[in-house]
Amino acid sequence: MSEQQAYEPKVVAFLCKWCSSAGSDLAGVSRIQYPPNATPITIPCTGAMSPMYILSAFNKGADGVLVSGCHIGDCHYIEGNYLARRKMHLTMELLKFIGVEPDRFRMSWVSAAEGAKFARVVTDFINDLEPLGPQDKLKKVVAND
Amino acid sequence: MTKKRTGVFVCHCGTNIAATVDVAKVAREMADENTVAFTQEYVYMCSEPGQESVVQAIKDNELDSVVVTCCSPNLHEKTFRDNAKRAGINNFTCEIANIREQCSWVHNDKAKGTEKAIKISRSVVRRVNRNKPLEAIAVNVTRKAMVIGGGIAGIQAALDIANAGIEVILVEKQATIGGRMLQLSETFPTLDCSQCVLSPKMVEVKRHPMVKLMTYSEVQELNGSVGNFQVKVLKKPTFVDPDKCKICDHCTEVCPVVVPNEYELNLNARRAIYIPYAQAIPASFTLDENACLGLNPVVCGKCKDVCEAGAINYDMRPETVTENVGAVVVATGFDLYGQENMPELGGGKLEDVLDGLQFERLISASGATKGHVLRPSDHKEPKEVVFIQCVGSRDPAKHCAYCSKICCMYTAKHARLYKKHVPDGRAYVFYIDIRSGGKGYEEFVQRTMEDDDTLYLRGRVSKLYRHNGKVRVLGTDTLTGQNVEIDADMVVLAQAMVPSKGTTEIAKVLKIGRDKDGFLAEAHPKLRPVESVTAGIYLAGAAQAPKDIPETVAQAGAAASKVIALLSQTTLSRSPLIARVRPSHCTGCGMCVDACPFIAIRLEGGKAVVNEALCEGCGSCSATCLRAAIDVKNVTQLQIHEMIEACLA
Repeated sequence: MSEQQAYEPKVVAFLCKWCSSAGSDLAGVSRIQYPPNATPITIPCTGAMSPMYILSAFNKGADGVLVSGCHIGDCHYIEGNYLARRKMHLTMELLKFIGVEPDRFRMSWVSAAEGAKFARVVTDFINDLEPLGPQDKLKKVVAND
Repeated sequence: MTKKRTGVFVCHCGTNIAATVDVAKVAREMADENTVAFTQEYVYMCSEPGQESVVQAIKDNELDSVVVTCCSPNLHEKTFRDNAKRAGINNFTCEIANIREQCSWVHNDKAKGTEKAIKISRSVVRRVNRNKPLEAIAVNVTRKAMVIGGGIAGIQAALDIANAGIEVILVEKQATIGGRMLQLSETFPTLDCSQCVLSPKMVEVKRHPMVKLMTYSEVQELNGSVGNFQVKVLKKPTFVDPDKCKICDHCTEVCPVVVPNEYELNLNARRAIYIPYAQAIPASFTLDENACLGLNPVVCGKCKDVCEAGAINYDMRPETVTENVGAVVVATGFDLYGQENMPELGGGKLEDVLDGLQFERLISASGATKGHVLRPSDHKEPKEVVFIQCVGSRDPAKHCAYCSKICCMYTAKHARLYKKHVPDGRAYVFYIDIRSGGKGYEEFVQRTMEDDDTLYLRGRVSKLYRHNGKVRVLGTDTLTGQNVEIDADMVVLAQAMVPSKGTTEIAKVLKIGRDKDGFLAEAHPKLRPVESVTAGIYLAGAAQAPKDIPETVAQAGAAASKVIALLSQTTLSRSPLIARVRPSHCTGCGMCVDACPFIAIRLEGGKAVVNEALCEGCGSCSATCLRAAIDVKNVTQLQIHEMIEACLA
């Protein structure tokens, strides 16, 4: 049990600049607390989200990856999030195929006005990751030189 | 690549960051990074001495890159990039690590917060390692503006811009400009006639040589960016030539079609050919295509037969025009929260239960009853009228959570105007609180209570229903603790203000954000209240938040001054963070061409080529490229991979 409590999932959160990053800013301005496990990386658009980034994050030891963008229809770049949705769906299938638990990868739509939603998305994600334990399916094991 | 010399500047933000993040530790950890040549912490990095210290440190330590770990880049990215430039290095080698909004403000555990702040800072330091010096792209500015929405906000903004000598296109969806203000009878707190104040402005905007008026028109598409927008506008056919129409009214006399009059909020009817108001601008009739028997002389054609001026033309067709403008002001106004959402108050189906705007038309001299207060059901003068405030407002559980701001004032106005029209009548007002902040507002409400003997009851109404030809109002007076039962001749609901349907539509067309209540979102709630998040698009009026006429006019003036400032420049700089192709890696597969939402990439000689004028830098291309041959400058795939690594170290 104590081992369970010591486990802190490591998460990389890819946030689009226009909606979700601004939404996370609003969560900050509103002082809504959420777990500190997710480290944000701001990208111009979820359309710029290459599946390689997700595999790369798992490979480098992430226990979970979150991708969050503008709501469908609201993309600042017209259709970037449609591209993302298709790509992320295929990525999810690929992850399942190679045996990574589907709960380790999540995509959400958080607008610049949804600070509370951003906090909830991260909180739920971390809660769902905790029972899964550390991810080792794709983690690169580096021998000491 | 020669090794970078990066300076990391850690801001305490007073205690905003320092209370939950160990800033000294962040600075120490960053100093261990291979490329970091200098670190410094300071209590307020954005203060004058803070900024000076950044400039000095860049010069003294021969830094070539800067990372400031502080608040959101939306606030101070420009500040510190300007400082980098001032210190003689390229401004695009300066990046912000957001450890306030995304870290210190949302985590209380200092150890864990510090750990996250270090990860964020380290990832940005790694990103900067591969940042290239870039120059902003200069683009020419189209010295012309578009104002969407022809209410008081749009009219004021258009006039202010036009008076500065800049061409303006004012687009209005309805057959006349004037918007909601034209529907009002009198305005608070002076009780001056709304149309008397507004009509001269409407005429002025119509006659202004720098204003092009497009009524009965809708914005369909917006492309381009600040300084150079291309806006597609649909001009709906009115079937009447406004230059020929003499408003003689002969056509309405013969028109056989009767439909509810939406301009009078369905209190009376109009013909298929109609003029919205006597004061309409343009002063011309409009033929409602959907109501007309068929725009066909064989079927009807009576209006055309009687029109001596020959103004009616059944062959008019919708027309789409593209206008090039440098800036856009959105002033699309409000609607009332629908009664259908409140079944306990009749759900919009009870006779003699009106909304505030209907009451305005009822007491307006130009309205359906020519200014006589007559209730719709039997056209008798109502002797007992109940006004209910906060209908749908301030009710987070069921309706709108916010306060609609103007209802306290216009209800007081309604009660006074009712007493003026029906001196022996009795007015009751149900309220939660009276919010009368504003010049002369509190005095106005006090006079309504005292001089006009209006009975203010503090409490909510639970139910309305018809009873013996009247509307029974069941409510509570919380000050006496009594239940109240009133058999009213008429009930007026002060329904919440919500963004107009057009506002919701235009937000999608222009791709500008909306807040949680659906109003247009401003770029910063305090410091940038008239700008949208998209550069070059400005906001005015009740589309942004509930507000009264003086505030709307002030905001429209502010938006206009922003437009004037923008369009006074001959060139603008555009972000150089756009796509770049490495021809040596490109195989010419064309995947990026298909992925680009802006049609900015084409194949030339088997290699992808980016049109720098069209590229917006979204990066959709880079995500499809299997060989990493195309990347957004300073957000390359390699940089993101290295940032991922830093986040997981």
